Amino acid sequence: MSDLANPDALATLVGKATTPRPAAGYWTAVGRRLKRDPVTIIVTLLLLAIVLMAICAPWVTSYDPYAGSVMRRLRPIGTPGHWLGTDETGRDLWTRLAYGGRLSLLAGVAPVMVSLLVGGLLGITAGFMGGLTGTLIMRTMDVFYAFPSILLAIAICGLLGNGLTNSIIALAVVFIPPMVRIAETVTTQARHLDFVEAARASGTTTMQIIRHHVLANVLGPILVYATSLISLSIILSAGLSFLGLGVTPPQAEWGLMLNSLRQSIYVQPYVAALPGVMIFVTSMCFNLMSDGFRSAMDVRLSK
Amino acid sequence: MSAALLPVPPVDPRDRGGPAQPLLSVTDLRKHFPVYGGLLNRRVATVQAVDDVSFTIAKGETLGVVGESGCGKSTTARLVMHLIRPDAGSIVFDGEEVGSQAGLSVAEMRRQMQMVFQDSYSSLNPRLTMVDSIAYAPRMHGLPARQAVARSEQLLAQVGLNPALFARRYPHELSGGQRQRVNIARALALEPRLVILDEAVSALDKSVEAQVLNLLAELKARLNLTYLFISHDLNVVEYISDRVLVMYLGRVVEAGPVEEIYGRPRHPYTRALLASKPTLDPDRRTTVLPLSGDPPNPINPPSGCRFRTRCRFAQPACAEMLPPLLPPVDAAPGDAQHLVACILPEAQMNAEPRHAA
Repeated sequence: MSDLANPDALATLVGKATTPRPAAGYWTAVGRRLKRDPVTIIVTLLLLAIVLMAICAPWVTSYDPYAGSVMRRLRPIGTPGHWLGTDETGRDLWTRLAYGGRLSLLAGVAPVMVSLLVGGLLGITAGFMGGLTGTLIMRTMDVFYAFPSILLAIAICGLLGNGLTNSIIALAVVFIPPMVRIAETVTTQARHLDFVEAARASGTTTMQIIRHHVLANVLGPILVYATSLISLSIILSAGLSFLGLGVTPPQAEWGLMLNSLRQSIYVQPYVAALPGVMIFVTSMCFNLMSDGFRSAMDVRLSK
Repeated sequence: MSAALLPVPPVDPRDRGGPAQPLLSVTDLRKHFPVYGGLLNRRVATVQAVDDVSFTIAKGETLGVVGESGCGKSTTARLVMHLIRPDAGSIVFDGEEVGSQAGLSVAEMRRQMQMVFQDSYSSLNPRLTMVDSIAYAPRMHGLPARQAVARSEQLLAQVGLNPALFARRYPHELSGGQRQRVNIARALALEPRLVILDEAVSALDKSVEAQVLNLLAELKARLNLTYLFISHDLNVVEYISDRVLVMYLGRVVEAGPVEEIYGRPRHPYTRALLASKPTLDPDRRTTVLPLSGDPPNPINPPSGCRFRTRCRFAQPACAEMLPPLLPPVDAAPGDAQHLVACILPEAQMNAEPRHAA
């Protein structure tokens, strides 16, 4: 035991012995590690604020997101009554951003949820069953890899017609193959570890093994990957709306707003950039949060 | 220190046939792995990983299994545990055939037979604390959580780890030797009668290895255990085993009491293996290679005796039939302790090789 050679390590050992760690579960330990990570806490709070802003849109602003005014078009940031200015038809930009968050977040999160459910299930099945079932699932997914993701989304949207639901379906289809692949990889890895074999040798049933040994070691990586996909999903769905394939005007959605404000970039550059800033900040927050959660959920990284 | 923790009755109530009946009796165990390939993924070849392996383990005995890498040692262990389904052969545990209608079910057998793996790290779930890992199997078999935890703390103490220090730790917070002790405790949690140790000490440092070996010997005496000890380390096998099984390319080439195998090896392969044994005595070092080349490919093993391609005694007759496991030519009549699979008396006695006519 090399630990004992180091007096500091010995002190911590003795300290642990006198005050043994509480019989806390895995998630308690994850929470404890998250608490020591300020970046993750800040981005998580920021994200919560954005979500709250979107949900509480009718209460954070008194304007109607659709009522414009020809008199007050393209006001700059800081205009009295319109602190973030107005867009090209004179609608209050703060109101539009708050309401737009609803659709943007929905269009960003919903496809990931769907693909997490479908892709995760397919991937875990493929990884655990292997053999013909696994091959069948994985080769089918490979077909989707033949298309670049944004092109596939555009093609599906073009096929189904525009609208929010169709853009969600299109993005879900785009995200399912990578989700299946991740889930299959981690499941296959977990399945072949000796501790699964040891559990089998001690008479544990297959369902118990999946629940206690495979899922626990597989869910973490899959969830983290899903969180990192949200930022991509927000950007892609904004892109679809920008191209006119997703949400239709006059609905408020950040990608669509960016598109319609594009012509005013020389008149009010800061106002025109605001929807882009929202997309950027939100997707950054999701990315950093997923990074933070990944380290917090890895028992091997820190205590 | 903890002999009182787990009192072992002098006679195990699960004992059926008495001490004379072997605890485990394996007959003609066989596993051939198919190799798929080609355009249509068809079966193109077969790896004869384990071919007609038979052995018995008496109650309270340690059977050592030695051989080069890839000779089928670990596959044999997994077949015995039914982690891999055997293609043929029978496994009889204390008089009851495993997997047959009338005999013992695989689940029942696994409660009496446990396994310790080589890789101490990957054989522990990284998300479970030590106490949870040990308590897992008893809990799955219906022991209440509180009792299972109390028992796994006792087991930790039994393998020489202070439960106050180690119970709440995760696998990555332990050294290799400590983890292997936990694996041993986990294997003992179901109170097995036979423990299969598959290269259980091979990955440890020499000093730690000695400690774990002593622990194994101590546990065996205290808990009336029987070991199937698999290792490529000849010194370790000599130290811990009562009897030894030598395997080559999926087949048993020689079996017998440890002092017979190490003192008077009869099979040319066993002699070569023992000659390759590392020694710290400078006077006994040798620079002559006892054996050269690699074992032949088990996909296409040589006909007859599988060792003949590397054997200096080989005769045309060796290619014609599989040599049966029989007592050596100079054995006393009726003595069936020592068995060797070689048909040539001069090879068994290590005389000058005949030259093929």
